[in-house]
Amino acid sequence: MTDGALSASEREKFDSGLPEILTHYPSDQKAAAMLPALRLLQSIKGWLPPEGLAYVAEKLGVSKERAYEVATFYVMFHTTKPGKYVVDVCTNLSCSLWGAERLLAHLEQRLGIPAGESNERFTLRETECLASCGTAPCLQINEEHYESLTLKRVDEILAKLP
Amino acid sequence: MIEVEKTTTRNWGKPGSHTLEAYRNSGGYSGLRKALQMSPAQITEEVKKSNLRGRGGAGFYTGMKWNFVPKNSPKPVYLAVNADESEPGTFKDRYILENDPHMLLEGIAIAALALNCHQAYIYTRGEFKKQSAIVNDAIAEAYQSGIFGEKVLGKEHRLDVYQVRGAGAYICGEETALLESLEGKKGWPRLKPPFPAVVGLFGAPTVVNNVETLAALPAILDKGGDWYAALGTAKSGGTRLVCLSGSVNRPGVYEVSMRTTIRELIFDPRLGQGMPPGRSVKAVIPGGSSAPVLSADEIDVALEFEALKEKQTMAGSGGVIIMDDSTCLVRCLWRVARFYAEESCGQCTPCREGTPWQTRILRKIEEGHGSPEDLDILISVASSIAPFPPLGLGNTICALGDAAALPVHSFVTKFRSEFLAHIEQKRCPFGESPWGAYGGGRV
Repeated sequence: MTDGALSASEREKFDSGLPEILTHYPSDQKAAAMLPALRLLQSIKGWLPPEGLAYVAEKLGVSKERAYEVATFYVMFHTTKPGKYVVDVCTNLSCSLWGAERLLAHLEQRLGIPAGESNERFTLRETECLASCGTAPCLQINEEHYESLTLKRVDEILAKLP
Repeated sequence: MIEVEKTTTRNWGKPGSHTLEAYRNSGGYSGLRKALQMSPAQITEEVKKSNLRGRGGAGFYTGMKWNFVPKNSPKPVYLAVNADESEPGTFKDRYILENDPHMLLEGIAIAALALNCHQAYIYTRGEFKKQSAIVNDAIAEAYQSGIFGEKVLGKEHRLDVYQVRGAGAYICGEETALLESLEGKKGWPRLKPPFPAVVGLFGAPTVVNNVETLAALPAILDKGGDWYAALGTAKSGGTRLVCLSGSVNRPGVYEVSMRTTIRELIFDPRLGQGMPPGRSVKAVIPGGSSAPVLSADEIDVALEFEALKEKQTMAGSGGVIIMDDSTCLVRCLWRVARFYAEESCGQCTPCREGTPWQTRILRKIEEGHGSPEDLDILISVASSIAPFPPLGLGNTICALGDAAALPVHSFVTKFRSEFLAHIEQKRCPFGESPWGAYGGGRV
C-alpha cells in the first residue's frame, strides 16, 4: 500500500459520514458537497492524496481533475503530506504591527525549518489574515487558534504538543 | 464621543451568551415573533425604513438588495450568509459568531420570511473552527426548539439552515465566488450581471448578506425601522462595529455611533486609549486593507459610509488599522500588496499579473534597490488593474482588483516622500524596526 492509498477503514469512515452531508443539498447537486467532503476525508486521512481525491470525485460524480482543482485552490487542503503539526503564522499588516515577523523568525529557529517547508513533525507556513487583528500576533496549529502571543507563550504551546 | 445604545454587542461578555437560553432571557427572538405577524413585503419595508447597509464591505442598502429578488420565482430562493470574514484588519463577525450566534440565526429566520426562502447556507471561513462549532450548536438548538425545521415558531414555513466551512481563500468573501464555493468549486467570481438576486446559487435567486447585517435584523423588527434609522445618520442606519488594530493602545471591536470619528476611536479612553507613548498617528486604513489610506490630517472623519466616500476611501468592512510615525509605510504597503498577490484567484490578467508585479517593485524599493522610475511603473501597473480616482471602476471581474490597486495609489500619492527617501538613501530609513512602536511584539 502506498502512502496515499485509502485503507478499508478510512473508506468506511468516509462512506458513513458522506450521506449526512448530502442531505443538505438538492438531490441533483451532489457535487456541491465538494468542500465538506474534502474536509471530511482530510479529517480521516490527514491529507488529500491523489487516491483520496479520486475517491471523493467518484462519490460525488465528478472527474478527479475537478476534485484536484478544488483541493489545490484552498490553502487549508493539503495535497502533499504535511508534518504532524501544521503551524500557520499570520504575518499580515495588523499582526506585523504587533511583532509577527519576530514571531515567525523565532519559529523558524525553534522548528529548524524556514517558512514554507516541512519536516516529519512540523509544517511551517506564513498565512494571511486570520481575523484576529485585535489580539495580534496570532497563529494556528492544526486549526487550533492561539492569539495575543509572546515568544514565551509560543514556546509553552510548542512544549505541550504531544 | 457620542454615546450610543448597544445593539449588536449588547450580550457580549455575559455568561453563556452563545446559548439559546441566555439569548431568550435577554429578549431574543422577539423580533422574529413580530415578523411572524407580518407579510414579506411588510418585513422588507421595515428593513428599507431602517436604512440598514451591508456591513461586508460594499455598504449596499439591504432592503433594496432584497427587492431585486424576482417575485413568484418558479425556482427556490436561497439565502447565503457571508461569514467568510477575511478582509485584513476585520474581526467583528468572528465575535458575533462566538458571542451571540442566535442573533445571527434570528436574523436569518427574519430574512427567510421576507424572501420566501426555505434554505439558508452559512458560509463560514475555514479557519473559524471554534466559531463554526458554536454556530452548529446554536443551529441544533434552533431546530430543537422549533425555530428552524418544518415550521418557524409555529408558522407554516419550512426553513433549513446549514453551515459550510470554507477552506482558506480570501476571494470566497466576494459574493459570487462564495456562491461558486458553495457549489463545490474553486472560488472564481462570476461576471455581473446577472446579479445573484436573479441568478445565484444553483442558478436560483439568492441573497448574500453579511453576518453583521443579518444580526441587525432582530432589533430592527423588534424596535422598528425608524428607531434603527435614527441611531445613525441620514443615509446610514444603526450603529456599527469597528475593528481597531495596529499601532494603538487598546485594539478591539467597538460598537460605535456612525458619527464617531477616527480620531475619537483612537483616543477616547473608552475606545482605543490613544497612541503608544511618544508616538503620533502617521496613517490610517479606515475600512479593511482594501480601503485607500488616510493621512494624519484626515482622521477627523466619521466612520460612516458617505463621509468616508467623500474622502475618496471607504467604510468597507470596518477594519481600522493604525500606523504610527515610527512605522515604515513602504514595508506596510509591500505586505498589503503581497496579500493581494497571494489571494488573486488568477482569473483576470490585470490582477493575476499585476499584483505580483506591484509586490516585486515594492520589495525592490523597501530593500533599497529602487529607482524613481519604479514609482511611475508601480502606479502604471496599479492603474492597469484599477485606475484611481474614481473608486470602483477597475478592469477586472471582481473588486479584488480594485482592492489591490487602491492601497498602492493612495499610499504612493499621500506618502510619496517616504518612498523617495528609500530610493535616495538606497535603504529603508527605519532600519531594523520598520513596524512601529509595537512592532517588536508583546515582549
